[in-house]
Amino acid sequence: MKKPNLSKKSAGRFTTYAIVAAAWAVLEIMLHTGLMSSHMQGLLVPMAYYAIVAVGLNLCVGILGELSLGHAGFMCVGAFSGALFSLLTAGKLPDGLRFFLALVIGVLLSALAGFLIGIPVLRLNGDYLAIVTLAFGEIIKNIINALYLGIDSKGMHVSFESQAALNMEPEGQILINGAMGVTGTPHDSNFTIAIVLLLLSLVIVQNFIDSMDGRAVMSIRDNRIAAESIGIPVTKYKMLAFTVSAAIAGMAGVIFSHNIATLQSTSQYFGYNVSIMILVYVVLGGIGNIRGSVIAAAILYMLPELLRGLNKYRMLIYSIVLIAVMIFNWAPGAIEKRTRFFDRIRKGIRNGAA
Amino acid sequence: MMSFFTSLVNGLSLGSIYAIIALGYTMVYGIAKMLNFAHGDFIMVGCYIIFVFSSSLGLPSIVAILVAVVLCTLLGITTERIAYRPLRNAASPLAVLITAIGVSYFLENMALLIFGADTKSFTSVVPWSGIALFGGELQIQGITIVTIGISLLILAALQIFVHKTREGQAMLAVSQDRGAAMLMGIDVNKTITLTFAIGSALAAIAGALLASAYPSLTPYTGAMPGIKAFVAAVLGGIGSIPGAMIGGLTLGIIEILSRTYISSQLADAIVFGILVAVLIVRPTGILGKNIQEKV
Repeated sequence: MKKPNLSKKSAGRFTTYAIVAAAWAVLEIMLHTGLMSSHMQGLLVPMAYYAIVAVGLNLCVGILGELSLGHAGFMCVGAFSGALFSLLTAGKLPDGLRFFLALVIGVLLSALAGFLIGIPVLRLNGDYLAIVTLAFGEIIKNIINALYLGIDSKGMHVSFESQAALNMEPEGQILINGAMGVTGTPHDSNFTIAIVLLLLSLVIVQNFIDSMDGRAVMSIRDNRIAAESIGIPVTKYKMLAFTVSAAIAGMAGVIFSHNIATLQSTSQYFGYNVSIMILVYVVLGGIGNIRGSVIAAAILYMLPELLRGLNKYRMLIYSIVLIAVMIFNWAPGAIEKRTRFFDRIRKGIRNGAA
Repeated sequence: MMSFFTSLVNGLSLGSIYAIIALGYTMVYGIAKMLNFAHGDFIMVGCYIIFVFSSSLGLPSIVAILVAVVLCTLLGITTERIAYRPLRNAASPLAVLITAIGVSYFLENMALLIFGADTKSFTSVVPWSGIALFGGELQIQGITIVTIGISLLILAALQIFVHKTREGQAMLAVSQDRGAAMLMGIDVNKTITLTFAIGSALAAIAGALLASAYPSLTPYTGAMPGIKAFVAAVLGGIGSIPGAMIGGLTLGIIEILSRTYISSQLADAIVFGILVAVLIVRPTGILGKNIQEKV
């Protein structure tokens, strides 16, 4: 019998986990020895949840090969469903169990949203898919932003008009107060939990990529017609990858909502600009490179803190780098030049050695 | 009842602006086969140029608009040359879309850096106060009439240009089959450059009208109208010039009516809901042709 040895692929995977764990250890030490400014401390959890969404989005963009601009919408679903569950059960369940269940509910509901949206969206591809996911993200954000939800002894009250239109009993509890959002969600998430969940999402995505399902998804990305002709159920695998990707974004949303005092469904948190920002992380980390997404999200989120003077120019620089990276990596002309350049270097080395 | 007509007229006005933007979108999409995500930001650039030249430097608005049209045209041509053309034959169709998103990001942040995030109030380029109908019950603003008139004029001019001139015929040929057009001796690069020039010039005009009707200017002014104009182009049938007009008007009217009668917060959701519905029921839009995908 052959000894089971670590393949090259899984060795790389463990390097990713090790990098995340090491970063966690360093930051935790800095946190407890007071080496970190309070502003920086506040950035740790967001850094982790944006890394999680980036991992999820990379599954969609890099592995499935479809550009989604609606992942902020899935984050929104996860954030609000998780927050509502925690609000309703506050004081009735122990803290840890409550957050765990909130997480499960947020993930399930955002997976459901991903599944339902995937049905019409995944019939499209390319530019159309990108715009329709953007549209769905905005629809989710706008509907939740206009939603009033309350609970009293008679049950749930829903309105899209105003708080008064809910017709609540005086002792009832307002859950979502329209554009004012959700307040009083227990502050259950912290940096360690967020990192554990980041590792969890990495394990899920990496295992998915290395599995038979993942290879099927990648074959669809590389050539849909060829994949279909060898009997791969295209719709099923596209749905699977898209739903998992949405669920991971929802998980990040639950962390988000349990880390913020007032949860509002505004463009600042859940607009398509957020989806684009995460896309920037994915592209600069390398499309299809999961480790790259985590590193890019962490560095690009933290960078403005380290380079305060550059903060004004940050987005401008990101956009220029984004365009440059795309042209360098994808333009046929650039690829040809690059190959020729490296060939010449290789030849030069060989000649030098001989 | 009069309030309904007022909404309808406002809808027509907004719809005409969407239509002008959508015309640019649909031409670029039809001919260069790419979604120029930055198209909306060209509008914003046009607005800021007019703002600088008319409000700050005190030039007559017509001169400011001409300057904006010229500069936006140059911007469109430059963007296409630097950012989009190298990626035209890229292995992944996502490459050029992501680059376009990068261009959009770049323009927004450039404007943010130069003009700041605060809202600039834009003086209308149309000084005419408008007309009152039915004994003053129905007020139609000058900008509304001018907007609707200009959009019809542009539609007619584009139709004549595309169907009657050699350059327009070349555009049609490239949009139908780029390879065959090349074999017929059509300069594809030149045609695509011309398309970008026209689309960007239209964006500048749309910017002047948009900022006159909704006079608050920020670096993000163009983003949402740009996306909605894409929805309008899809609704009318992407690649079709009359389709863009119909789609734009329909979308503008639906948006204003839902803002008035349903909910101002849900209006955007309704507009995007239409996009989803159209793509499910009739993916080629109202006037689009159904092209079979061949293996």
